[in-house]
Amino acid sequence: MPFPANYRYTREHEWIKVDGGQATIGITDYAQNSLGDIVFVELPKVGDELSAGKTFGSVESVKAVSDLYAPASGKVVAVNDELNGAPEKINSDAHGAWMVRIQLKDAGEVNKLLSSDDYDKFVKEEGGH
Amino acid sequence: MKPKSRKVSQHVTQNEALIFEKSSPGKKAYRLPPLDVPDVDAGKLLGEQVREDLGLMPEVSEIEIIRHFTRLSTWNYAIDLGMYPLGSCTMKYNARVNEFVARLEGLGNSHPYQPEKISQGALRIMKTLSECLCEITGMDVITLQPAAGAHGEFTGILLMRAHHESKGNPRKKIIIPDSAHGTNPATAAICGYEIINLKSSAEGMVDVSLLASLVDDTVAGMMLTNPSTIGVFEKDIHRIADLLHDKGALLYMDGANMNALVGKTRPGDFGVDVMHLNLHKTFSTPHGGGGPGSGPVACKKLLEPFLPAPVVTTRADGRLGFEYNRPQSIGRVRAFYGNFGMFVRALAYIFANGPDGLRQTTEDAVLNANYIRKKLDGIYDLPYKTGSMHEVVFSDRLQTQNGVKTGDIAKRLIDYGFHPYTTSFPLIVPGALMIEPTESESKEELDLFVDAMKSIAREVEEDPQLVISAPHDTRVARMDETTAARKPVLRWKPEQTNEARQSPKPELVETR
Amino acid sequence: MRYLPKSPADRELMLEEIGVRSVDEFFKAIPGEYRLNRDLKVPRQMAESEIIDYFRDRSQENAAGYSVFLGAGAYHHYRPVIIDALVQRGEFLTSYTPYQAEISQGTLQAIFEFQTMICELTGMDIANASMYDGSTGAAEAILMAMRVTGRDQSVIARTVHPEYREVIHTYLHHRGMPMHFVGYAEDSGEVDLDQLERAVTEQTACVLIQSPNFFGSIEDVEAAAEMAHRKGALLVVSIGEALSLGIVKPPAAADIVSMEAQSFGVPLGFGGPYDGVLAAKEKYVRQMPGRLVGETKDRNGKRGYVLTLSTREQHIRREKATSNICTNQALVALMSTIYMDVYGREGLKDLAKQNLAKAHYAVGEFARRARVLFPRGKRFNEFVVQTKEDPHAINDRLLEKKIIGGFALEKFYPELGNAALWCCTEMNSRAQIDAAIEAVQG
Repeated sequence: MPFPANYRYTREHEWIKVDGGQATIGITDYAQNSLGDIVFVELPKVGDELSAGKTFGSVESVKAVSDLYAPASGKVVAVNDELNGAPEKINSDAHGAWMVRIQLKDAGEVNKLLSSDDYDKFVKEEGGH
Repeated sequence: MKPKSRKVSQHVTQNEALIFEKSSPGKKAYRLPPLDVPDVDAGKLLGEQVREDLGLMPEVSEIEIIRHFTRLSTWNYAIDLGMYPLGSCTMKYNARVNEFVARLEGLGNSHPYQPEKISQGALRIMKTLSECLCEITGMDVITLQPAAGAHGEFTGILLMRAHHESKGNPRKKIIIPDSAHGTNPATAAICGYEIINLKSSAEGMVDVSLLASLVDDTVAGMMLTNPSTIGVFEKDIHRIADLLHDKGALLYMDGANMNALVGKTRPGDFGVDVMHLNLHKTFSTPHGGGGPGSGPVACKKLLEPFLPAPVVTTRADGRLGFEYNRPQSIGRVRAFYGNFGMFVRALAYIFANGPDGLRQTTEDAVLNANYIRKKLDGIYDLPYKTGSMHEVVFSDRLQTQNGVKTGDIAKRLIDYGFHPYTTSFPLIVPGALMIEPTESESKEELDLFVDAMKSIAREVEEDPQLVISAPHDTRVARMDETTAARKPVLRWKPEQTNEARQSPKPELVETR
Repeated sequence: MRYLPKSPADRELMLEEIGVRSVDEFFKAIPGEYRLNRDLKVPRQMAESEIIDYFRDRSQENAAGYSVFLGAGAYHHYRPVIIDALVQRGEFLTSYTPYQAEISQGTLQAIFEFQTMICELTGMDIANASMYDGSTGAAEAILMAMRVTGRDQSVIARTVHPEYREVIHTYLHHRGMPMHFVGYAEDSGEVDLDQLERAVTEQTACVLIQSPNFFGSIEDVEAAAEMAHRKGALLVVSIGEALSLGIVKPPAAADIVSMEAQSFGVPLGFGGPYDGVLAAKEKYVRQMPGRLVGETKDRNGKRGYVLTLSTREQHIRREKATSNICTNQALVALMSTIYMDVYGREGLKDLAKQNLAKAHYAVGEFARRARVLFPRGKRFNEFVVQTKEDPHAINDRLLEKKIIGGFALEKFYPELGNAALWCCTEMNSRAQIDAAIEAVQG
């Protein structure tokens, strides 16, 4: 699955899609693929503050847990509750299955993240090990 | 399917439903003696606290219970059936005399609060076992109270903490190598410590210069497994201890791998300050499908004041007793005195072996691991070439080229009549196959194991799908663990049986 | 060395194939100065008959054949013989934790049945595969409540088993987690609900009570639950005498139940191994410590069982795990499972009722000669007797009659003076009860 060009990416495999002053965050198709069947996501509550580079939740497969790292700072304005009952959505449509929507604190933070081309290159290198 | 090995052949096993599905009103497996005091009206005595009904608790007869559990038992693999090479778990023979003596009336049926004067036998067993374990570990004192290895770790780290606190500062950090068991960091965390993850050296050992750069006076101590989880003795053990001691930090040893050391070397002699033993590993008390264990903690004199209360003491008249007055103690870690039944079994094991037997046991355990290593080296990748002690760790690097992973090889081993080795641990070896044969395997059984592993390696080349879809000969195939975790069903409800009975697949509900 | 299946020739052959001259080669990694070049100073190797003789002697130095009136967290109940016959099957006794589901279905299904019966008895939705014992289970329950609520204070009844309280103290105090202890009502021995209500605040993670409590009094679980819940705290109920659930209403209003299930077919064994149980409301499952077995299907659609939700545990989540517990009490839990099957829906009730009747009879008889405390409390099989004489002196006299008297309370509850906690189960005959009471009178 190609990485959407209008998203930005972290080296920890989260994506962020900016939409005005807000942004949605999820994990990449590469991440869901290496985790395997996702069975549970632990997400913050509306009103919680995310800070760039810090963990804001976790995603679990049967035998692994991965922390989620915030691509940018901001207050959580919405959480995708649908994922509680159907975490498999992340496996089937990682780039559509957003986890949280935040009110961006500093839009400049997003510009420092990887572009889709850079991220594509990054995962090819990582996968090559 | 072609025959796989000389070890196994097909055998009928009985189907068996859940006990609840066999229940019907009026069946009984008990009879009470007649009541010899006046009967009571529970409703009157207990008022609104009275319970009227026990819901779904089963009603079955004795023969059904016997068959139920006997049938279930035949679905298990066990040491009594064959080699169980689970690395780190020390699945050795569990002698039956241990079970016999643990059930003697005066030991099996004594109340923990009965007066000391009629508990001398139990106290003597605790004292004798303590003395033996101190001698084996080279430590000064011991507490038998912890119920399992992780509980021992908890106790040991609290001893360490109490020591630092007595010097005015509990300190902040514990250093743990990246090859450690998961219980180590989990323990340090519940003891309130920050964990410093120590990266292993290229040989899979403690990187001493890296360690030196991490130790300062904020470090309370280090938790070290020796031999390490790749089965290698830490050659710089004393330098490690010195580095820590120079900064006032202590060395904790995870005794999970003591089966490599008993009678050959003693942690107390090579600089360890505090350690736990797993009686259910090294000292042959049965694993029982996950427990009970027992995790005594042995330590040097400097930690004695902090041991959990009570400790066994000899009174002025020569009788044994419990000493409770220990003002500096970390407190209790468990009610009563620990898993006493395991003390009896462990002591019986020590008696059955004696000094010569304990040493021979260690030598055989190490010999067996090295034999497997020699026979399988090259067929499976050996990531660390350092000499093995009681266990050997291969990786699936050669097999992954055909898309087969350690977990698949493990599952295929089941078809050959063996319990799998430990998979995917230690974490420093990607795709690890961690094999610990223990001393309990004969050369014949080891050769069968080696044949099985070689045969699987050939299958990986010729027909990888056969391995990836294993096991093929078990009662159940690989389970759907994803659904189990996404939609957990953690207890039975009648609807589950009703739904299954209506389903078109008759095998879902086994006949009554 | 009868446990070692190798002849000297086997060893030689293996060394040869490995290409080393002696087994000492393998131990060269141990620096010479730390190698033990002597025999361990442990007793010499013994024959099986000698081992049995040794432990028989120790067994005889211990009490056997006494009539026991001690409870206090360890109960003398009849153990059906099929329990030991079944748990000594090698397939249960000598297997490991059931990580490999395909060859562990026996253990897994038995645990699933255990979890189901514990839920049924306690009124909870989920139960784990066991904890070490009732004391550590209670401590883990409090830590679990702290994770659920994000708070770090606990309110604990003084009528919780004193040694459980000591264990909880060990688990909490070094992390600076405040504990508030609440007293009991003098007339009933139940937790003082007024004190409790005042002690619970917005910082309270949980309230811990025991029922029946250490004095044998049955607590008002619903009232305590309401007080806890009003401040957003959880209620943890500890149960020391599992058999009480045969006749006493389950603590369904609790959020977490921590139980010592030793009463269910586990030998007294001088204090262990016992059978800790942790059960809770379903919504807290992600914060549960310990192993859980779940039902699922294999790839052919056949019903089967697996360890599940393992990401909570130490081997995956390491320092962020819900607990460091690994080894549990599986075989002991199997004893309890068999016991619950033997007595079942009717038998646990009948047996509990016999306990109730014996204790009620004993209370009536004791009351003629001494003071039975907490008369307003509802009891199951334990009660507190206050005497003029020191209970230790009474117990010394009783020992001569092969009777083990009640547990002297002065160590933990000095305010009760010469008081002792007595327990009567189905194992105590009327004649023994009468004999014990006679000695109390002196």
